[in-house]
Amino acid sequence: MCDTCGCTITSGNAHLAGVNRAVPPATNVEVLKDLLAANDRVAQHNREHFDEHGVLAINLMSSPGAGKTTLLEATILALRDRYRIAVIEGDLETDRDAARIRAHGVPALQITTGTACHLDAHLVHQALHDLPLAGLDLLFIENVGNLVCPASFDLGQHRNVVLLCSTEGDDKPAKYPVMFRAADLVVLSKADLLGVLEDFDPLRAEAALRALGRETPVIRTAARRSPALDDWLEWLERQLSAPRAIAQPRPLPATAAV
Amino acid sequence: MHELSVCQALIDEVARIATRHDARAVERITVEVGPLSGVEPELLARAFEIARLGTCTARAELSITLLGITVRCSDCGAVSPAQPNRLLCAACGGYRTKVVEGTELRLRAVELEVPEAAGAAPLH
Repeated sequence: MCDTCGCTITSGNAHLAGVNRAVPPATNVEVLKDLLAANDRVAQHNREHFDEHGVLAINLMSSPGAGKTTLLEATILALRDRYRIAVIEGDLETDRDAARIRAHGVPALQITTGTACHLDAHLVHQALHDLPLAGLDLLFIENVGNLVCPASFDLGQHRNVVLLCSTEGDDKPAKYPVMFRAADLVVLSKADLLGVLEDFDPLRAEAALRALGRETPVIRTAARRSPALDDWLEWLERQLSAPRAIAQPRPLPATAAV
Repeated sequence: MHELSVCQALIDEVARIATRHDARAVERITVEVGPLSGVEPELLARAFEIARLGTCTARAELSITLLGITVRCSDCGAVSPAQPNRLLCAACGGYRTKVVEGTELRLRAVELEVPEAAGAAPLH
């Protein structure tokens, strides 16, 4: 420490230096405030809104092109006679996905984010102003195609479903741990291509998923030519009849009173 | 991730605290970031250089503590360190674990310059 000019003395350590200098008093305030708390508050508000209307809300996430919208179309065809379904679509641009859903006679609302690469609770909250939940059983929120950012934003959903496409490689759970750890279900989509994709080993993908510390089930789907959706539909029906506890809420640290 | 919007939330919270304490200046901001938070500490620091301009935090020092990952095993009860994509129990190798440290993204503390006596000009 320099003892001639006092250059290393700050308001925080002046009392230790024993220097009689007119240093303004400092206050160290312990905070412990979660910086995503604002989003989480709106998400909880959304969740309460879903619960009031008895709607199961599912957040569907994956890379672009993994098959989210196609899976939703096939799901609608299979379930629309028994359950009232609606969809909130999230994309940077276009309302193509919402149009595809509406073509099946199901209400769909498109959020175009412009440049935001993920949906957040505020965007979903605004969308809900234009999407009445009365009479609905099931709401799918198809997130922006992205394996990174959506994982960190609670939207108020009851379940997170992450698609891992057979064409993406079996190492994605290891490469994107935050996303795959957030999944309550992993759907191995375009499973009908596994026969021609020699280097995709479903067991390796499952092992990488297990290494994330959860017992997340993996279900295969094929939603195009010869739809194979039984496991997926069975999982959905179980969620629809189960109580709406969230499997893995985001842990919030204690907030000290300031 | 969204380091810039995280900085904005951070600055808003610091400003609220500074106002509550009638602070003259913000000296230091301490943030804790876990490896599973989805935020990269270096990007957060760089985003802060932009976000701080014209705010009460313009001259504050930002200190970022990178936390480790700790898991508690639901099978054997052991608490052990882990990696972002390997959250297994180090004691028994089990995969049924709970992350007890590693997902945090929080403002830990703020060091403020406060007026000595009543009548000193507060920070606007």
